[in-house]
Amino acid sequence: MDIARNWRLRKQRYALEGEQCDHCKQYIFPPRDICPHCGEDARGVHAMSGKGEVYSYTVVHEPPTGYETQAPYAIALVKLEEGPLVTAQLTDIDAAEIKIGMPVEMVTRRLRTDGEEGVIQYGYKFRPILSAA
Amino acid sequence: MNGSAEIQAERKSNAPIMRPARKTGITGYGAYVPRYRLPGKEISRVWTEGNTPPIVPEKSVPGLDEDVVTMSIEAARNALARAGIAPQKIGAVWVGSESHPYAVKPTASIVGEAIGATPNLLAADWEFACKAGSEAMQAAMGMVGSGMIDYALILGMDAAQGRPGDALEYTAGAGGAAFLIGPAEEALAVIEASYSYATDTPDFWRRVGANYPSHGQRFTGEPAYFRHTLAAGRALLEATGTQPGDYRYAVFHQPNPKFPQRAAEALGFSMEQIKTGLLAPQIGNTYAGSALIGLTAVLDEAAPGDRILLVSFGSGAGSDAFQLTATGRLPERRTLAPGTGHYIARRKEIDYGVYVRYRGKLKM
Ligand SMILES: [Zn+2]
Repeated sequence: MDIARNWRLRKQRYALEGEQCDHCKQYIFPPRDICPHCGEDARGVHAMSGKGEVYSYTVVHEPPTGYETQAPYAIALVKLEEGPLVTAQLTDIDAAEIKIGMPVEMVTRRLRTDGEEGVIQYGYKFRPILSAA
Repeated sequence: MNGSAEIQAERKSNAPIMRPARKTGITGYGAYVPRYRLPGKEISRVWTEGNTPPIVPEKSVPGLDEDVVTMSIEAARNALARAGIAPQKIGAVWVGSESHPYAVKPTASIVGEAIGATPNLLAADWEFACKAGSEAMQAAMGMVGSGMIDYALILGMDAAQGRPGDALEYTAGAGGAAFLIGPAEEALAVIEASYSYATDTPDFWRRVGANYPSHGQRFTGEPAYFRHTLAAGRALLEATGTQPGDYRYAVFHQPNPKFPQRAAEALGFSMEQIKTGLLAPQIGNTYAGSALIGLTAVLDEAAPGDRILLVSFGSGAGSDAFQLTATGRLPERRTLAPGTGHYIARRKEIDYGVYVRYRGKLKM
């Protein structure tokens, strides 16, 4: 696991920190500095709200290295309320309960661990919305 | 009760009550309980052919991707939502737990980064068994009350492990709470006074490198839990000149449902006063989270002016006692994050096999 790369990505992993284009005002996640909508520079930092809906999903039964202990799990394309599509694991839900269009919210969870002694990587996943009181 | 003579003898007469120069309070609070529940009858089925009556009906169990860091982050976000302040104003993040995911590498700096409170931040992990969070709250009163910082975020959070088959396995649960301590003028509940009582008592421990804790069997009751809880509670009542009848609510540490009920009775509190904060029957013992998440359940329903007594207990051993008063800001602010009852109602029952997998008890 690349410790330095994970560390550099911590703002987007922990807080869904992306950008808002100064020119066309569209939201961008993950941040890429050039707006995919209008091609201009996009450097305005913006943390997404974390609310969105399931756009599509698939259940992973044969996971890549580092994720074996969590299988089976669902990976979804989540459409954030600001517009961008994010690929992320769904959590706190059984595969049978997942529906296209269901509202979800971002939570920070363990993504993977580098063996028994390595670092623990934390980042965003999405789960069904737990409403306020 | 057997230990009461000793408790009388050891009680300090002029107990040093802690009050900062500038009054402080809880300006935001948040709870977290994971989704999974293991019924006590499952543990009894596996280890005693169903012959041991469970101490609690069920306990909370964290998912595969949860630990004290992730649970703390969610509780902290709830506390911030209710406080409505910018995370950059937080001067300290202190996490009390006995199940930090790293032996070396603080939980607090990860939580601080995730909520946007870094880098002008005093981040630290606290340890004193089940009272690690409440002592952080007292320290926060001091830092905020002296004007060194404006806000401190303190947490009591645990994902407790019980040795398979041990009595503690029935109750070792997961969850906890976060509190943002700030100026009394902004408080949802003002902290009027606090007191701490500690002695060297060998009731429960875990040695470095050990996977599971050990306990002094019958030693855990009278000389540990009751002696410290009652001494701290009595000292606070006496020094503040208050009676049990002056309080609408009382919350005690909950290693099981019986101990807090007996402690309440010994101090003169009724079941009516403790039932709101008594969560052990639904989620088990959440260790450093136990008394503090009980307080969040009380804040979810308390009315302005209601007085609350909070007494934690940590093995080794000590108790922290607090007198709080709910303010007029509480009712509208409580609606800004999920209530503790929402987390408790969000529930998926699992069997012992799934529990063994989720808690990493399988060696592959
Ligand atoms: Zn643009």
